[in-house]
Amino acid sequence: MSGLIKSDIDSDGVATIVWDMQDYPMNVLSEESLRAFEAEWRAHQNNDDVKGVVITSAREAFIVGADINMLWRMRAWPAAEVFAQNQVLNRFFREIETAPKPTVAAINGDALGGGFELALACRYRVISDRDGIKLGLPEVMLGLLPGAGGTQRLGRILGPKEALPYLTTGKNMRAQKALGFGVVHDIAPADGLVAAAKKAILEGKVPAKAPWDEKGFRFPGGAPHSRDWTQTFAGGGSMLRRETQGNYPSPQRIMACVYHGLQLPMDKALSYEGRQFTALFMGPTSRNLIRTGWFGRNAANKLEKRPKGVPETTFTKVGVIGAGVMGAGIASCTAAGGCDVVLLDISEEAAAKGKQHVIDYFARQAAKGRMTKEKAEAIAARVKPSTDYKDLEGAQMTIEAVFEDRGIKAKVTAATEAVTASDHVFGTNTSTLPITGLAEAAERPEEFIGVHFFSPVEKMPLVEIIRGEKTSDHAAAVAMDYVKMIKKTPIVVNDARGFYTSRVFGTYTREGFMMLSEGVSPAVIENVGKATGMPMGPLELIDMVGIDTGHKITHETIKEVGRDVMAARGEPFEALDVLDWIVEEVERPGQKAGKGFYDYDGDNKKTRIWPGVYERFPTKNSDVDVDELKKRFLHIQALETLRCMEEGVVTAADDADVGSIFGWGFAPCHGGVISYVENIGLPQFLKECEALAETYGKRFEPPQLLRDMAARGQRFYPDEEIPAHAAE
Amino acid sequence: MAEAFVYDAVRTPRGKGKKDGSLVEASPTDLSVHVLKSVRDRNSLDTTLVDDVVFGVVEPIGDQGGNVARTAAIAAGYDETVGGMQVNRFCSSGLEACNIASARVMSGQSDFVIGGGVECMSRLEIGDSGMPLAADPILSLPNYFVPQGIAADLVANKYGYSRDDLDSYAVESQKRAKTAWDEGRFEKSVVPVTDENGVMMLDHDELLRPETDMQSLAALQPSFVMLGEFGGMASVAQQRYPEIEKLDYRHHAGNSSGIVDGAAAVLIGSKEGGEKAGLKPRARIKAFATIGSEPTIMLTGPGEATFRVLERSGMSADDIDLWELNEAFASVVLRYMDQLDIPHDRINVNGGAIAMGHPLGATGAMILGTLIDELERQDLETGLATLCIGSGMGIATIVERVH
Repeated sequence: MSGLIKSDIDSDGVATIVWDMQDYPMNVLSEESLRAFEAEWRAHQNNDDVKGVVITSAREAFIVGADINMLWRMRAWPAAEVFAQNQVLNRFFREIETAPKPTVAAINGDALGGGFELALACRYRVISDRDGIKLGLPEVMLGLLPGAGGTQRLGRILGPKEALPYLTTGKNMRAQKALGFGVVHDIAPADGLVAAAKKAILEGKVPAKAPWDEKGFRFPGGAPHSRDWTQTFAGGGSMLRRETQGNYPSPQRIMACVYHGLQLPMDKALSYEGRQFTALFMGPTSRNLIRTGWFGRNAANKLEKRPKGVPETTFTKVGVIGAGVMGAGIASCTAAGGCDVVLLDISEEAAAKGKQHVIDYFARQAAKGRMTKEKAEAIAARVKPSTDYKDLEGAQMTIEAVFEDRGIKAKVTAATEAVTASDHVFGTNTSTLPITGLAEAAERPEEFIGVHFFSPVEKMPLVEIIRGEKTSDHAAAVAMDYVKMIKKTPIVVNDARGFYTSRVFGTYTREGFMMLSEGVSPAVIENVGKATGMPMGPLELIDMVGIDTGHKITHETIKEVGRDVMAARGEPFEALDVLDWIVEEVERPGQKAGKGFYDYDGDNKKTRIWPGVYERFPTKNSDVDVDELKKRFLHIQALETLRCMEEGVVTAADDADVGSIFGWGFAPCHGGVISYVENIGLPQFLKECEALAETYGKRFEPPQLLRDMAARGQRFYPDEEIPAHAAE
Repeated sequence: MAEAFVYDAVRTPRGKGKKDGSLVEASPTDLSVHVLKSVRDRNSLDTTLVDDVVFGVVEPIGDQGGNVARTAAIAAGYDETVGGMQVNRFCSSGLEACNIASARVMSGQSDFVIGGGVECMSRLEIGDSGMPLAADPILSLPNYFVPQGIAADLVANKYGYSRDDLDSYAVESQKRAKTAWDEGRFEKSVVPVTDENGVMMLDHDELLRPETDMQSLAALQPSFVMLGEFGGMASVAQQRYPEIEKLDYRHHAGNSSGIVDGAAAVLIGSKEGGEKAGLKPRARIKAFATIGSEPTIMLTGPGEATFRVLERSGMSADDIDLWELNEAFASVVLRYMDQLDIPHDRINVNGGAIAMGHPLGATGAMILGTLIDELERQDLETGLATLCIGSGMGIATIVERVH
């Protein structure tokens, strides 16, 4: 069929089906492509002149999985139909597997998800020797499972113990490893791949049956209910629960597919897998993960919200001022994006120290095998340490990461503007100081913008771009282009104290302090915090961020906003007493100092909660309502987000969701702060907040925006249609 | 309602459940036959009076499979009219079998039923018959499954028993078991195991380590660190019990029950049955109860089962003269003593499974016999036998002496 698949039959009677989806960046399993492929494959099967079929791709990758848009559309279907459709696909793949004429996969590039599953349904698989080809089943990352036989075929080839890590984490397998496992049968030179596949057919190398269709087949690693089997699954289950806190049904159901499916005949196993797939597909977690982790994040990465009409920026030089850990991290990311960096500090020593940080970082990456040594050195070489502002001349953008002090920031701004062009954008990496105020020190406030990185910079995927009152579309567009260049995810928000991410994040730790002051056991606070899906308990988290930082910011906020105003808004000052106590009274500022709410060992790894915390806040109620505590931790973050939306700090639900997950690690299973509210339902969420406000105070009072939307029956994601930007 | 009486109780000595154990060569059927023959022969029992043999067995596969009770009744040469049934309520199976036997008598449906149990742990390990609650991810994850050792440490952590508390208890168990053996307190029920040539295989509980003291126990490494830390089980326990900041591992081979081989049988019958057989009853089965409890902490069921059985029989803890709680783990007993306010000199007075071992399917029947023996020795009236049970259950049986 034109534009999707090409096919021919050679003089030896071997047919080749070449996947080549013209209108798509990569080959995917969509309704159209599957239909075209099936028709072609069937024609060859029915053609007496054809001895066998080779499947390959004309693109760099083989096939990279199902078309997510197609999946998203299927959300509207009833479960029975989803299951039926799944079984149609499985029966077709099973037909490929059992057909008298052999089908061979010639894997020329990445085979992922359904693409890998199609290959596994072929009775013989040859992979190209080209470097870096990935085989993998990443469905788990979208909250789904490989529903086209992946759990069953990989499970049977590898045995449960070896297969589960691939299935439950989605990690990739490389060609050599695949050959060792028997996942592929042969490796061939890239230019002789199809020839090798044909040869396998003509020389009769392709077995008449798949191994599991042979009598007496046994998968590796012990029979069902052997001691090894029980250990694999019992241990696998607990290790999984440790990772997921029970918040992610997908890896659990993947394990179940292997556990139950491997005890069943293949056809029933595929049907069992289909039922599990359907359950995940119909459930909220996959919807959350696809909506925010796929559509939302892709939209942000593609700069869907970039101001129109501003030409794309080409970065040749970016300045970074302040060569501390933050500045050096920003320099690293910028250099890795392919751009020259001037890393400026007041002393040569400080600048050199920052440069060394960059060198060390990339050396570590090379040592871990993530890049070659040559590449690591080339990237680090792009960073030029400097003490001279003149070096910033010709830069498209400069980001300052100096001390959080208005005076110093003002000086840096002026010095930079003096040597840079009129369209140069000045970014400030403040995490707390309002941008509009800082921009007052700028000659060109319209080219002044907030560029908020998270720590550790190299690792954290989000950058929060903050528009001040006078920030131009040009500055916003350049900042977004910059974030894209360094391969991070941008969200754009408007100026306010704490912006969006810091402000909402702070409510999580604050709620932890409140619980402490109420006499909830610190252990319960930490464990329940983790149980919500947050990456850490609030006390561990604030230790890591720096309790002193939180303490300082809170006091500054009180000074500038006023205690009365904050009290009127429902600020609970008992939380501040906790901060004052730990920072001022017992002087335990956090992990950096080796002491905070936790004790730390010689390697600065946490050991136990400091006993003094238990003494200062004796546990009053040992019989706590865990669900209520969970609700408090997550509702308070959602409420603060809604206030940000009401105030116009955040303007779109998907920005809020993407920002929450990739910024401060808000429980990804919920799809972000706003999706969390959507999952509960606005009227129900409103009711729950009112009840919490009744018990715990004004901070839980729902904002008017929520009341209005709930009253009107409105939603943040009005329907589950594919967002316009997703058509790819 | 008819009354159920215990006419006799026998048990094998407990052999080490490891390769070098003295009973390793004896099959589960051999040990079961041995106790069934003993009950018959020392009571000159006409087995046509017996309706059924109910045996507890926890891993009922392989040589312990296929209904070990019926197999043994046939092999022991009981009359062909005697049936057989295996039951599995995990660690309490032996006592459950006796309760079922009693219930059959109390309901007037049988004159004699033999309760008991067997477990050859040298042949079949815990979990060998399959454990979907542990292994099936659809079940294990949502139900916070942890193995018993982790649950035992969870009890110690939650209720505050230190390693020293547990070890002290273990040392005392060894001391008491030694005294009991030295003074011949088990003589009434223990029937030494010989081979078919009459050559002695084992005439004493093989696991005993009377030299055990705090120092020797202190040298032992905790047993469940790997499971807890690397296997993720500690995290699962904490997710269910968030008040546990960090699970400390306090149980080890020396303060947990030992792995052994053994069997036991208890002859239970009605008043009329006893008269027909010309036997004198030793004790009355007064009441029994089983309960389900929270499955993750798993081992706190004895307290709840005890409250239930006391309430049903209109009794209080003060009415109980002697207590037998299976020493699955030291923390289980310490918690139970605290919960019911039982002085240490009234419970497990002859030691328990920490010193002598815990042959899973048989232990419940063994401690029932031990309890009756000791009531007679001390000339006391009322006793209660109880066990903690996997997956969160508890069992308790009250017996009274008959004069």
